Amino acid sequence: MYDVIIIGAGVTGCAIARELSRYQLRVLVLEKEEDVCCGTSKANSAIIHAGHDATPGTQKAKFNVLGNAMMDELSQELDFPFVRNGSLVVCFEEAQIPKLEELMERGRQNGVEGLRIVRGEQIQKLEPNLSDSVTALLFCPTGGIVCPFLMTIALAENAAVNGTQFRFDTKVTQIRPTDNPQEGWQIFTDAGEVLTTRCVVNAAGVYADVFNNMVSARKLSITPRRGEYQLLDKKAGALISHTIFQLPGPKGKGILVTPTVHGNLMVGPTAQDLTDKEAVNTTAAGLAEVMEKGRQSVPSLPGRMTITSFAGLRASEAEKDFVLGEAPDAPGFFNCAGIDSPGLSAAPAIGVYLAKQVAQTLRAEKKTDFCGTRKGIPNVAQATLQERKALIQQDPAYGNVICRCETVTEGEIINAIRRPCGARSLDGVKRRVRAGMGRCQSGFCAPKVMEILQRERDIDPLAVTKHGPGSELLTGTTREDREDETV
Amino acid sequence: MKPYDLIVIGGGPAGLAAAISAREAGVKEILILERDNEPGGILNQCIHNGFGLHTFGEELTGPEYAIRFIEQAKALQIPCKLNTMVLDLQDDGSGVKQVTAMNRQDGLLELTARCIILAMGCRERPRGALNIPGFRPAGVYTAGTAQRLVNMEGRMPGKEIVILGSGDIGLIMARRLTLEGAKVKAVAELMPYSGGLARNIVQCLEDYQIPLLLSHTVTDLHGKDRVTGVTLSQVDANSRPIPGTEQEISCDTLLLSCGLLPENELSDKLGVSLSPVTGGPEVNESLETNVPGVFACGNVLHVHDLVDYVSEEAARAGLHAAQYLKEKKRDSRDFSLPICPKDGIRYTVPQTVRPDCMDDTLLVRFRVGAVYSDCRIFVSLGDTCIQTLYKKKIAPGEMQQLTLKKADLAAASPSDSIIIRLEENVHGNA
Amino acid sequence: METRNLICINCPLGCSLTVVTDDAGNVTVSGNTCQKGADYGRKEVTNPTRIVTSTVRVHHGRLPVVSVKTSSDIPKGKIRAVMDAIRSLSVSAPVAVGDILLPDAAGTGANVIATKNVEKLASEIQGSYDT
Repeated sequence: MYDVIIIGAGVTGCAIARELSRYQLRVLVLEKEEDVCCGTSKANSAIIHAGHDATPGTQKAKFNVLGNAMMDELSQELDFPFVRNGSLVVCFEEAQIPKLEELMERGRQNGVEGLRIVRGEQIQKLEPNLSDSVTALLFCPTGGIVCPFLMTIALAENAAVNGTQFRFDTKVTQIRPTDNPQEGWQIFTDAGEVLTTRCVVNAAGVYADVFNNMVSARKLSITPRRGEYQLLDKKAGALISHTIFQLPGPKGKGILVTPTVHGNLMVGPTAQDLTDKEAVNTTAAGLAEVMEKGRQSVPSLPGRMTITSFAGLRASEAEKDFVLGEAPDAPGFFNCAGIDSPGLSAAPAIGVYLAKQVAQTLRAEKKTDFCGTRKGIPNVAQATLQERKALIQQDPAYGNVICRCETVTEGEIINAIRRPCGARSLDGVKRRVRAGMGRCQSGFCAPKVMEILQRERDIDPLAVTKHGPGSELLTGTTREDREDETV
Repeated sequence: MKPYDLIVIGGGPAGLAAAISAREAGVKEILILERDNEPGGILNQCIHNGFGLHTFGEELTGPEYAIRFIEQAKALQIPCKLNTMVLDLQDDGSGVKQVTAMNRQDGLLELTARCIILAMGCRERPRGALNIPGFRPAGVYTAGTAQRLVNMEGRMPGKEIVILGSGDIGLIMARRLTLEGAKVKAVAELMPYSGGLARNIVQCLEDYQIPLLLSHTVTDLHGKDRVTGVTLSQVDANSRPIPGTEQEISCDTLLLSCGLLPENELSDKLGVSLSPVTGGPEVNESLETNVPGVFACGNVLHVHDLVDYVSEEAARAGLHAAQYLKEKKRDSRDFSLPICPKDGIRYTVPQTVRPDCMDDTLLVRFRVGAVYSDCRIFVSLGDTCIQTLYKKKIAPGEMQQLTLKKADLAAASPSDSIIIRLEENVHGNA
Repeated sequence: METRNLICINCPLGCSLTVVTDDAGNVTVSGNTCQKGADYGRKEVTNPTRIVTSTVRVHHGRLPVVSVKTSSDIPKGKIRAVMDAIRSLSVSAPVAVGDILLPDAAGTGANVIATKNVEKLASEIQGSYDT
């Protein structure tokens, strides 16, 4: 019997879990994938939006601005990379300037600070590689960039350290009220288990409508809206310093060009409404569109420096706003649904808000021993020489470089595997320490990381996966392991 | 700590040959830094034969070729630090270079050297750089990664395989995987010709009835968790997929053999200027980069087709480094002629020549941009043709060479340049 | 009479060879540019041979497998048989370059020889004992 079961270990699920771990509650997070941060949270623009885009009065507007304001402290407490690099919304025609002003006014109403419109020579001073055809831009100093993997992982780890349980590779198949509805809910899993819980938090991303619709007459409809991206080599990372948006359209904020917290350059996303909730494949047309539109803002964008491309699915709800809180006809069933942009920015504030609601419903007391800080994995690439020396002295594995492109050591990889909610796959390692994230895209380090995973997890070499069951990396051995000889 | 005379970055075929020749030319304090757990570099995983015909007059496998150099380096007592990653190279202009490296045993190494030879080799072009659309499942490997898994670790990357790119590594792996029981369903090549040797087309594909699909590429990748298939499309003369030619091939693995990229991140940190064509440092006749005392050789300089040429080039780099250390070639007139590739010639190495510093002859290696037949290569100094070379057939996959004579450059003035260009169908019988 | 079309592998020219074997067993090669091409065409039709390279399982070695080759070229038709022989082979470290791991592989007369040194793995745990 759990007090709370959270469905989905994406950034909002983990933010809620972390906030709930402040209370004396038995909390379980169920995730269908093998790790946290495997759905929408892992494939998005990695932007902490300033908050000028959402319509005033909406949940999106409210939680975006609240979440943005929490980021400095949260990133310090939980030790994940966040940079307030500022964002620019550019327009290419004089006639569009009133739209920029409209956006600025909307931002003011939403409580976004420091917005101003920049024209003329000031544009090139602010961002020298912007297109000459940019006539004006809205400068948003509070906009930022974050590592969505490390943010989600940090939230999850901190929740785990404070007693939250996580169960991966577990799909929820059905939710029903218990026979005595006062007691709560029954959650059926694909492992044939039936778990009971007093409250449910539905943070299931593109599947949140499915779970809501199992228990509530107030139906939700979530459309997976695909966004394709290209990630460019760090050599291109210094091309721009701000996040550059184009004037938003009906389906989103258009194609943006942004530096990442790790120093790469990212371009995307497209916006394509689909029906398949698993269609995270890129397309030739989408990738071409990304570059073409990115070049409208930054003409010198070097497409040849692309090191990888990917696609994510935004969980876009029909009413176009976040659906947060207890379903009106399903007591104890809390929705965290329709979390498309600015979901990542809003996640910390959503976590606080929903955790409070759940805790009030359960009349939960706060823990006295809650630990609100977490230390990340040492980052050898960014460490000073002195710090490196100290690390290697502490553990020589920090002197053994495994990923040459990103300078990731064996020590970091082992650390990533051994910590709470640790990495279990090649992608899990990649998201935590960036091994394989560089320009060779794991050509050199994959066999070595596979070996470390096998050794650390004490599993068969053939059981090492890219991202969980079904994605096994090897299909066999060339020679049978026959131990028919002795020394 | 006293600076080393020479630090060689990389203990593969280039680094070993460079260190050996530097030692033989009298350089005392040499150190090789190698990131892998044994010297020999990529040769260790190239277990097929065909190496060494030029160097040793016999056909060796990659590991055998490597061992000959490793033994020689050992006999000359050249130290080599293994499992050691060089993290940074700096040159403050004082003539002494700083080398920062790291390994388990020594921790952080802060070394200095009067001279550096860059011999870091190259890496393979990954999927992302090829912009292949589709899912991102397990089962997509570069041919070299698969080669390491199969030949050194005894692991199979897949059972049913499609290979994109007909470079030699891809062809060699097609045979290797077939012999290990996998089914190689096709090799697709974007260009209308293969980049691999004819011998490999015959002995790696035809021997095993593996189809080679020229002017084809992968236009979609299927399977969310593990590869379940690829879509191949024919491409037009501009390498664009032709709609309607799609065919889906089921497979669990896609191997990529789509080109090699010199690995020059460290060179970049050192301020070495790189050629946008080769991806490697721009060097003069002494294989010296724009940073004095920094030399380059092997695949970090430009991608070679035969390891024999790497060894030869690296030996020259070692020799020039030795001469630099003895300060023999510090020269008076010291002007530099650019070598300009034109009309079908893609690049040359070296890119510049200081006539005063060159030996009586200088080997210039180059590649062409497409397949040409019945062609003549003209070398001229300004307007004066100083050399021609006839080739019945010439292809981008094969590295070419010509020898410049010092005597031919005697009349050169600082404003001159050496032009190398190609004319096709010189006999008009295409 | 039998006609086969081959690509010569001796140099980058890649001449298209036509090799005709008449009923009396006489072989004629055309399309070649040089003598090497004629020789190659004749051999490919009468007695094609290949060097086989692969790996053999090593126990207690620094590496799990050692690379090997046939000491001379073997008839093309025997490749599978030689591979089967190699596959069923296993050796103990140390192995040195040139070691004969299997004599007369699959009756071809060629030996399977190691092409790499694989040293014995130093025992992982140095035994400790009470004094």
